[in-house]
Amino acid sequence: MRYLPLTPGERQQMLAAIGARSIDDLFVDVPEAARLKDPVDLPRFMGEMQVERELGALAAKNMTASSVPFFVGAGAYKHHVPASVDHIIQRSEFLTSYTPYQPEIAQGTLQYLFEFQTQVAAITGMDVANASMYDGSTGTGEAVLMAARITKRHKAVLSGRLHPHYADVVRTVCGHAGANLAVEIGGVHPTAPEDLAARIDSDTSCVVVQNPDCFGNLADLRALADAAHAKGALLIVVVTEAVSLGLVTSHGAMGADIVVAEGQSIGVGLQFGGPYVGLFATREKYMRQMPGRLCGQTVDGQGRRGFVLTLSTREQHIRREKATSNICTNSGLMCLAFTIHMTLLGEHGFQRLAQLNHEAACDLADALAEVPGVEVLTRSYFNEFTVKLPKPAAAVVSALVKKGVLGGVPASRLYPGDKDVENLLIVAATEVNTDACRAAFAAALTEVLS
Amino acid sequence: MSMNNQGRPTHATQGGSEQILTFTGHRALVQEEDLIFDRGRSGKWGVDLPVPKGRANRLGGTARKGEIGLPDLSEPETVRHFVRLSQKNYSIDTGLFPLGSCTMKHNPRLNEKMARLPGFGDIHPLQPQETVQGAWELIDRLAHWLKTLTGMPAVAMSPKAGAHGELCGLMAIKAALQARGEKQRTRILVPESAHGTNPATAALIGYTVDTVPATDRGRVDLAALKAKLGPDVAAVMVTNPNTCGLFEDEVREIADAIHGAGGFFYCDGANYNAIVGRVRPGDLGVDAMHINLHKTFSTPHGGGGPGAGPVVFSQALAPFVPLPYVVADGDGFRNVEHSGEAGDGETPFGRLTAFHGQMGMFTRAMSYMMSHGSDGLRQVAEDAVLNANYVLAQLKDVMSAPFGDTGPCMHEALFDDEFLKGTGVTTLDFAKALIDEGYHPMTVYFPLVVHGAMLVEPTETESKETLDRFIYAMRSLALEAKAGNKEGKTDRFSGAPYLSPRSRLDETAAARKPVLKWTPPAAAQAAE
Repeated sequence: MRYLPLTPGERQQMLAAIGARSIDDLFVDVPEAARLKDPVDLPRFMGEMQVERELGALAAKNMTASSVPFFVGAGAYKHHVPASVDHIIQRSEFLTSYTPYQPEIAQGTLQYLFEFQTQVAAITGMDVANASMYDGSTGTGEAVLMAARITKRHKAVLSGRLHPHYADVVRTVCGHAGANLAVEIGGVHPTAPEDLAARIDSDTSCVVVQNPDCFGNLADLRALADAAHAKGALLIVVVTEAVSLGLVTSHGAMGADIVVAEGQSIGVGLQFGGPYVGLFATREKYMRQMPGRLCGQTVDGQGRRGFVLTLSTREQHIRREKATSNICTNSGLMCLAFTIHMTLLGEHGFQRLAQLNHEAACDLADALAEVPGVEVLTRSYFNEFTVKLPKPAAAVVSALVKKGVLGGVPASRLYPGDKDVENLLIVAATEVNTDACRAAFAAALTEVLS
Repeated sequence: MSMNNQGRPTHATQGGSEQILTFTGHRALVQEEDLIFDRGRSGKWGVDLPVPKGRANRLGGTARKGEIGLPDLSEPETVRHFVRLSQKNYSIDTGLFPLGSCTMKHNPRLNEKMARLPGFGDIHPLQPQETVQGAWELIDRLAHWLKTLTGMPAVAMSPKAGAHGELCGLMAIKAALQARGEKQRTRILVPESAHGTNPATAALIGYTVDTVPATDRGRVDLAALKAKLGPDVAAVMVTNPNTCGLFEDEVREIADAIHGAGGFFYCDGANYNAIVGRVRPGDLGVDAMHINLHKTFSTPHGGGGPGAGPVVFSQALAPFVPLPYVVADGDGFRNVEHSGEAGDGETPFGRLTAFHGQMGMFTRAMSYMMSHGSDGLRQVAEDAVLNANYVLAQLKDVMSAPFGDTGPCMHEALFDDEFLKGTGVTTLDFAKALIDEGYHPMTVYFPLVVHGAMLVEPTETESKETLDRFIYAMRSLALEAKAGNKEGKTDRFSGAPYLSPRSRLDETAAARKPVLKWTPPAAAQAAE
């Protein structure tokens, strides 16, 4: 077998050195009844060609984003990733290294984590960022737990327009958390103002709001931040489209106490939902309550700048049951992809990419508004908005597939059973969409609706 | 054109035996590299994007004003920056990476190729389900392999890492207990040798942690465990093989005891590599076990992630598998994304992540598992255990192996610092000296049950030749530590590492006054 270097002869020599007669001697501590005599009932080993053939056949059954006009978003976005990103993250020294527990021989990983933290703090407008979470949704759950630790309060108020899967993650984590955390969720309406400030009381730890929200609405959150702070609650802002941070006033400047974002749009790719990378940033005064790994600057014995994992006294391997979180890994390689792509973009590139996304969405909205029976509901948005169709959106999306268009996410996929949103379609546009893509979508939608 | 036609052939010189200070700070192939932020704004581009039309603004008055503060680099500068950083990292492709409990095995590149097939890498988690049937089939196939290998009837695929899997397992246990009306069960028994994630996870979801001592054989003290059982115990969390590298030979008795007391048996599967294909946890009475795809099934560790931690479940916990999950549906597959879509008897406890789990890791793990097959995976466990026992046998006369005489180890060999007593050399010094010898150190100071622990896990992908060289390095250092003390020379250890890109770093200073991001020089000065 190509991944196993020991030869039969070497195995015998090694057994002899150990003083064992056979390999079975090394498994004597396993209860006899549990020792399998034969391989389990699964296929036997395969060469590369066979594996490629079988997995290639499965891959071929899927409709890829690049092969069709593509407008699916709602938490994951199709962006162009520069070729050098994927090349660099496959370098052995990045791909096959471990969590940097021995900093003297892991400065590569540590330095890019430090750069990542700096980038994340900059684009969110916050003081400090951690070395990433699994993804935006788990980061949101951690943020709510963190707010409860800081405020010692027990109720989180969630916007009804927070991505429902994120809300479910928060509800699951809080529902099982020891601290008896209640989660209150606002009503679901794609456009009507949502009076979250009115729900804040003296036991509210935080208000969680997504911006742009799940229907694409972009809002100025300053008034909400003030309302939360006036009652001693924190404002947690969730961003599922990190590119928006290039064009929208930073959430730090709007008064957020914790910003959580899904970083998938920068460098990572779609990957059917994972692995992604959660961005997590907060104010300096809450730094020691942050979950997850942190990379910090220091010096070595010769006074040279170097980097180490730091503040690990918050973490599980030191604090065990008293840790701020049970997190052990971050999303290392995806942080690297994010950092490289962000480095390539730079100040101008990141802002321009965001502008192109916004224009793509405006152009798409204009094109779809021309389709008979279609109404664009969202007034202020970044690169995603909601349209109202004359019939249930799920069936329309399936009909669009037959015309070779992946035309967005029916709101009913996220809010099943809610009749009010049954005809709503959430549509995303990015820099990869061309005028021809938009025209094809509008034409296909016209046909499907006629 | 001939090269060097005016020079002369070089001869080997004595250079290298002494450190010279270079003018640049570089040392040949080891290049000093600034932060990207040290470069500042320059107006360069690393990506060529079309020029925006510049007319659209439907941002509702939220448009950003002012700069973000990102530096500008061109593509060649960016590539060189990150390549130089990469050269400061030790990796499994560089050499033996015997980090105990981490299973640093070879990461086949076929896996990378498969994960990058557009049909897997370029699909969206919320595309219409009929357009991603091959993706559901891959998840379903991987689930089948995991269930078959472990002898367990159900699996939750969505957890994103080992600790996330632990969370999933304990939440399922909590849900099952609530369904039985047994909310009073709030205590979790955790052996003192457990990974830190075990107690942290238990505490996170509101359980109290009760520590079970180990025996002098490095196993769970069964009598102590039984004495702690009661009507308030929810579960026991046992790592098997355990973090001393030993198989819990009374695992059936542990399972019977916890089941007899009405609780569940959670197994931390971090060390599953030792038994894959040879032992099914389902045959040991396990109710839930997470599987680190990034350990046993070779998905790359990537400098600390991403991981993937599917959890297999017994029949008792199967109904509580969290959303979403894939089911066969007629000729195809369907993804259950909401509790309203769940089948009869399925009561998912909630949702752990936005989408379906670490698809990119599923593809890699599947590629690895198919490559090995059921026969090859069995050989994986055998060779992993053989390699660890070989290292133990070759080192235990010069080092100290606290459980070296109690029988074979499994996939990792545990040493303590008894052999360093009186030498002035600590476990940390010993590990740092190993860096100078060209190896990544073993896991140190874990598990906590022995003093100055050194946990060596070679994995099955190391050749005998590599092991012999490593053993030579370890033996030499052990003998040197003992001899050096007599001669008053232990600076090889106390000052190590000498030859790495950085010498020992000041972690205390880093924690005392944390600097977690770059700040512009002016701002940094103002802050001081």
